[in-house]
Amino acid sequence: MTATLLSFEEALERFDPAMGLEVHVELNTASKMFCGCSTEFGAEPNTQVCPTCLGLPGSMPVVNAKAVESAIRIGLALNCEIAEWCRFARKNYFYPDMPKNFQTSQYDEPICFDGWTEVEVDGETHRIGIERAHMEEDTGKSLHVGTSGRIHGADYSLVDYNRAGIPLIEIVTRPIKGTREKAPLVARAYVAHLRELILALGVSDARMEQGSMRCDVNLSLAPAGSGGLGTRTETKNVNSLRSVERAARYEISRQAAILDVGDKVLQETRHWHEDTGITTSGREKSDAEDYRYFPEPDLVPVAPDPAWVAELRAGLPEPPRERRARLQQEWGFSDLEMRDTVGAGALTLVEQTIAAGAAPQAARKWWLSELARRANEQGVELSDLPITPEQVARIQAMVDEGRVNDKLARQVFDGVLAGEGDPDEVVSSRGLAVVSDEGALGEAVDRAIADNPDVAQKIRDGKVAAAGALIGAVMKQMRGQADAGRVRELILEKLG
Amino acid sequence: MTDWTRKTAAELADALAAGETTSVELTRAHLDRIGRVDGAVHAFLHVDADGALEQARAADERRAEGRPASPLDGVPIAVKDVLATRGLPTTCGSRILEGWVPPYDATVVARLRDAGLPILGKTNMDEFAMGSSTEHSAYGPTHNPWDLTRIPGGSGGGSAAAVAAYEAPLAIGTDTGGSIRQPGAVTGTVGVKPTYGGVSRYGLVALANSLDQAGPVTRTVLDAALLHEVIGGHDPLDSTSVDQPVGNLVEAVKQGSTGDLSGLRVGVITEMSGEGWQAGVLARFQDSLDLLTKAGAEVVEVSCPTFVHALATYYLILPAEASSNLARFDAMRYGLRVLPDGVPDPSAEEVMRATRDAGFGPEVKRRIILGTYALSSGYYDAYYGQAQKVRTLVSRDFAGAFEQVDVLVSPTAPTTAFPIGEKVDDPLAMYLNDLATIPANLAGVPGISVPNGLADEDGLPSGLQVLAPALADDRVYRVGAALEALLAQQWGGPLLDRAPELEETR
Repeated sequence: MTATLLSFEEALERFDPAMGLEVHVELNTASKMFCGCSTEFGAEPNTQVCPTCLGLPGSMPVVNAKAVESAIRIGLALNCEIAEWCRFARKNYFYPDMPKNFQTSQYDEPICFDGWTEVEVDGETHRIGIERAHMEEDTGKSLHVGTSGRIHGADYSLVDYNRAGIPLIEIVTRPIKGTREKAPLVARAYVAHLRELILALGVSDARMEQGSMRCDVNLSLAPAGSGGLGTRTETKNVNSLRSVERAARYEISRQAAILDVGDKVLQETRHWHEDTGITTSGREKSDAEDYRYFPEPDLVPVAPDPAWVAELRAGLPEPPRERRARLQQEWGFSDLEMRDTVGAGALTLVEQTIAAGAAPQAARKWWLSELARRANEQGVELSDLPITPEQVARIQAMVDEGRVNDKLARQVFDGVLAGEGDPDEVVSSRGLAVVSDEGALGEAVDRAIADNPDVAQKIRDGKVAAAGALIGAVMKQMRGQADAGRVRELILEKLG
Repeated sequence: MTDWTRKTAAELADALAAGETTSVELTRAHLDRIGRVDGAVHAFLHVDADGALEQARAADERRAEGRPASPLDGVPIAVKDVLATRGLPTTCGSRILEGWVPPYDATVVARLRDAGLPILGKTNMDEFAMGSSTEHSAYGPTHNPWDLTRIPGGSGGGSAAAVAAYEAPLAIGTDTGGSIRQPGAVTGTVGVKPTYGGVSRYGLVALANSLDQAGPVTRTVLDAALLHEVIGGHDPLDSTSVDQPVGNLVEAVKQGSTGDLSGLRVGVITEMSGEGWQAGVLARFQDSLDLLTKAGAEVVEVSCPTFVHALATYYLILPAEASSNLARFDAMRYGLRVLPDGVPDPSAEEVMRATRDAGFGPEVKRRIILGTYALSSGYYDAYYGQAQKVRTLVSRDFAGAFEQVDVLVSPTAPTTAFPIGEKVDDPLAMYLNDLATIPANLAGVPGISVPNGLADEDGLPSGLQVLAPALADDRVYRVGAALEALLAQQWGGPLLDRAPELEETR
C-alpha cells in the first residue's frame, strides 16, 4: 500500500510546510517518577516494580524531586518560563501496558513554558519556539509474540513494567514555519541540538536507538504563500536523527500529492518505518479521542522555590553553541573538522581526551577514524565503546614517546576494547613495545637485504623508493614491532 | 466469667496491662462471637482466625516481656475491606477483585500491626464504597444489629455492624461522603472522619482521592481517640498527608468527659433541617442541643448557604475521580478475568470489556458513566470545573462559620436505618442519606458522629454530628466526649445497652 508522492521540489513549489516537534526524553534519575524503583535499563522483565508503578489498588504516587530538578534545568536551558505553581494531571485511556489506565502527566499547567532555542542549518540561524516542557511517566513495554512482531497477528503479548513510571520530559515546539525546503534539515538540526543540550545538562543519556529520546514529527502543508496552517499528521516512532529528516521529507511529498489532487489530509497518527522509509496510517486521531484530563488528586501542586530555580539557572552548563565556538578556537580545528567531530558525537570525548594530555589533532584522529570505524562496525555509539578518553590519551602518549607506532597502537586499541586492561597492561601482555635494540634491527635488515638481492641492487642504484619493500620485509620479521623510520635509516645507511 | 466482647477497647487495654487477660483470650472471644452472630449480621467478608491468633500470641509475648508496642497492643480490630492487607484478601466488596491478595499493607494497616492490634478480618462494604446501605456489596448486604431487616448504613456498614454487634471492639472505616459517620449514626456507634490528610490514604483503594479519609469506628469516643492516635500522622508515601503530629486526642476526650463545655460556641447549620428530616431524628437533635447548652456551651444558628449544593457537587467530583481510579481494573494484572462468550481468540480490549461488565455492579457502572461524562471534553467546564468552584464556596462557608463558632453540629443522617431493599432501586433517595455528612468531605474538615438516642417513631438510633475546622480534630473529640458523658449519665449507660440481644448460633 504505497502512497502516491509528489517530488520534494514540486511539493515545495506549491505548499509551505509547518512542523511541530514533540520530543520525549527519558531522564536518568536513579529512581522512577513516582516511586523508588530503579530505572536501570536492561534488567529482567518485571523485576523493577512496586505497588505504585504497577498501579496496584490503593497505591499512591510521590513526586521524584530529582526529576523536577531535571525538568526545570531543561526548561531553563530552553529559555522557558518556570511555573511558580503547577500540577500533574491524569491522561485517561486504556492500554494494557499502562498499569492504571491513565498516565500521570501534565496538561494545562506545564512546569516549563514559553521558551525558545536556536539551531543552525547551512550557516543560517533558525529560532524555534518552545511551547512547553512537561513531566510525565513512561508506560510499560509490550512485546507482541508471533510471526508478525506487531499486535495484529500476534499469538500473545507480554508486558514488561520495568519501564512503567520512568520519568519523561516531553518538549513541544511551537509551529515551525517559513523554513521551506530546509524544513527536514531544520527538524533534524533541532533534534540534534536538543540532544546535545540534554547531554550537556547530564539529565539523560538521550539515546534515540534505545528509546531514551523519542521524536514525534507533526507536519502539515498550507498552500504556498497563504500563511495558514493545514491539517497535520503526527508521525511517531522516529528514532534517529536521519529518520527525523527523512520522515519530514516523506510527509511533505505524501501530503502534497493528496492536496495536489484536491483531497484532504486525514488528521491521524502515522508510523515511521525506518527500513522502507515511509509512514503508514496508525489510529485515526480525531475529536473522538478524549483523554478526560483532570488534576491528579493524589499529588499536591509542584511549587518550585524561586531561589532554587535561580540556583539551578546559575548552575547551567555552557550552551552548546558557545561551547563549540570556544573549543574550536582552543583546538584550532577547521570548520569541517569541527563539524565532523560534533556530527560523530565525539565532542565531549575529544575534549576529555585532550584534557587527559593528548594533542587536539591526535585526539580527533583516534576518535574519528580508528574508534569511529569500530563503533560503526559494532553499531554502537562512540561513547558506548569500552574505552575511556584517558586510555586514548595514554595510547597517544605512548606513540609520542616512540614506545609504539601507529600500527602497534591499533593493536593496543584492540586489546583495550577486548577488555584486556589498560593500555600499559595490553602493551606488556601482548609484548607490543617497539624494538629499539639496534643489534636485532641490524640483523633483520641484513637478512632482508640478503633475501632480496634484486631490491637491494635497485636501492644501491639510487632507486630509494624501493626501500619500502625491504622495510616491509623487516617489519614482517619483527612482527611489526619496529620503528619504520629507524628501519629505513638503517637500510639506506647499509646500501648507501 | 467476664464477657470480654462487651468491654470497650480502653477497658481491654487496661485489663491486658493489668495482666487480667491475654490477647489470645480476647481475640478468641471475639472470633467466637463472630462465629456465633455473623451468620445473621454478615459484617465480615473474610475472617482471619489464624492470623489474628498468631498476632495475639506475639502481643502476649511482648506484654510478658514488659515491652508492649502501644497502649492498644493485643486489642483486636476489624478492617474495612477497602484497605490493602498483605496476605489477606481485599475485595472492596466487588467481584472484580475477587481472589486478590495484596502483596503490601496500607499504611493504616501497617500502623495497626506495628501497634500490635490483631486483625480479626475484613469487613463488608458497598462495592468500592459506593453506597449508604452496604446493599451494594457484591457479597450480600450486612444487617443492622438493632434490627436485622434494616441496613447498617454504608458504605462502611460492615465495620459499624461488627462493632455494634460486639464482634470487634474496634474497626477501621473510610469516609468519602459519610461512610464512617452515617453507619455510626444508624448503628448507635461512634465514627470519626479525621481531617483530610490526617490519616494516610496509602493502601486505601481510592473511591474519590480528594474526599477519602480513613478513621476509627468504635463504641466510645475514647476508643476512637486511642485508635486515631495509632493510625494518624504524617506518611511520606501519601503526598496529601499532613506533615503535623496527630495531637493529643485522648487528652481532649478526658477534658470533654467532665461534661463542662463552658465558653464553647456551637453552631447549628440552618440548612440541615426541614423537609426530608425524620421527626424523631430532629427531636433527638434538639435534646442534644439542650444538653450542650446545659453543659455551658453557647448554641447559635449559622447559615452555610452553599451546603444545599454540596450533594450535587459531590456527585460530580466523586464519579469523575472514581471513573479514572476504577480504570485499572482491566483483567490484565490481577483480580477477575472474564473471557467474552462466543468470541474465539478475544483481544485484550474484548477481555477488558467482558470483565468490567461482569465484575462491576450497577451502582459502580452508574458512577463510572457519570464521571466519564463529567470529564468529557466540552462538558468538563460545565460539570467538573463548576463543581470544583462550588467546592471552594463550600469551604468558604465553613471558614465563615468557624469565625463565628468553634464547632458546627447537625444530625448525622436525616433518617434512622431504613429497611433493606427500600431504596436500593432509587439512587437519588439513597444519595440523600449523606446530605449532612458530605460538606465535611468537600472541605476536608474533621467530623464525628456520636449516638444521641433513639427516634420515637421506630426506636432506632440516631447520631449527632460535630464538625470542626481542619486540623482541629481535638475539638470534635472534646464535644463528642462531653455529649457521650452527659447522655450516659442521663441513660445510666451507653445506648448500645438498649440494643436487642442477637440470637447466637453455634
